[in-house]
Amino acid sequence: MTTTKSDALLPAQGIEAPRSGRIDPKYLRSGSSKSGSFEMAAWVFMRVSGAALVVLIFVHLTVNLLVGEGIHQIDFGFVAGKWANPVWQFWDLTMLWLAMLHGGNGMRTIINDYAEKDSTRMWLKSILYLSVIVIIVLGTMVIFTFEPCLLDGSGQLLESSPSFCQNV
Amino acid sequence: MSTPTKEAAEPASKIDMKESGGGGEVPSFDVTLQVRRYDPEFSDEARWDEWTVTMYGTDRVLDALHKVKWEIDGSLTFRRSCAHGVCGSDAMRINGRNRLACKVLLKDLDLSKPVLVEPIKGLPVEKDLIVDMEPFFQSYREIMPFMVNNSPAPTGERIQSPEERERFDDTTKCILCAACTSSCPVFWTDGQYFGPAAIVNAHRFIFDSRDDAGDMRLEVLNDKEGVWRCRTTFNCTDACPRGIEVTKAIQEVKRAVLSRSM
Repeated sequence: MTTTKSDALLPAQGIEAPRSGRIDPKYLRSGSSKSGSFEMAAWVFMRVSGAALVVLIFVHLTVNLLVGEGIHQIDFGFVAGKWANPVWQFWDLTMLWLAMLHGGNGMRTIINDYAEKDSTRMWLKSILYLSVIVIIVLGTMVIFTFEPCLLDGSGQLLESSPSFCQNV
Repeated sequence: MSTPTKEAAEPASKIDMKESGGGGEVPSFDVTLQVRRYDPEFSDEARWDEWTVTMYGTDRVLDALHKVKWEIDGSLTFRRSCAHGVCGSDAMRINGRNRLACKVLLKDLDLSKPVLVEPIKGLPVEKDLIVDMEPFFQSYREIMPFMVNNSPAPTGERIQSPEERERFDDTTKCILCAACTSSCPVFWTDGQYFGPAAIVNAHRFIFDSRDDAGDMRLEVLNDKEGVWRCRTTFNCTDACPRGIEVTKAIQEVKRAVLSRSM
């Protein structure tokens, strides 16, 4: 005969406490749900990166679209000119990483909130993480290796190169 | 007690009262109630039932439910105990908002349309407006809603300054009606979330200067399903029949968890 805790506590032997063990499993927190403060770190990151992104993005928009000739100045040459300066390389790199992680984490919480089935949640999150990684890696590579004037095998400019490459 | 029965003599100077006093007739009106019914003994499907009853300007939604139950359909099932907004038994979704049926006056609702009454969302419905509150109380128990003090018991009471008492005054008002937790969209899809009510009751002890177990409660609420699940939609603050600033309390607990781990 097994003796449960409620047997010992209740005066009537063997009669379970009302509603005991009747909670739907979907309400029970498994012991492994300890996040080790990951959720807290994510929460703090959202606030810090959000504040940083406000500055990063508005300076970016002002420099690209308002200062100088405005939107008409944007071409390969303009981008190449900016990225010749390590300050702008660092600026755009920070903006890329923060924006992708901030947006990715936002999407992660939305998926957590709205996906009802574990398998749906798992798939959506896998797609999300994959796309975040692809964009971050690709963007980082472009920032450091951007080269608008490409040469072909014989050292000639490619025909598709922008016109300013002739003057370089 | 034999007071002279000359009634007219008493309110000599209160001539104005004669017009307003004297119990003019309370206005009556017809109310259409639409109630979400569910009885697993007869059908697995929930359905809507509709009744039109004549009610008075002083009546509440609970009175209309009583009238239906006592005079029309005795099978209508709902919880209520004190019927005066203290016990927290009759939280339900009235016109899409979580309210205590005993605190909503019919005359304050739009009576040109039926009044919709549903069970609170996110908890398993047992019958009609009755839900299983056990998951809700399970979360409540896990945050240890009792004072823990490790120092030896003093001979008198444990003294606290008015400011120290004021710090957690708002969250002492909770009556555990579950209106906040069952108004939370996060709780609707994730039943494992501790929910606003558990956090409010943790707040009540975390910020109590006499309590020594604040760290343990903060640890419990630092869980994946704890305070960080809150999206500050303010549904809970809107739903609370005691006017507790629930979302603010949750934010304060978040800040406490954060400063504790810094």
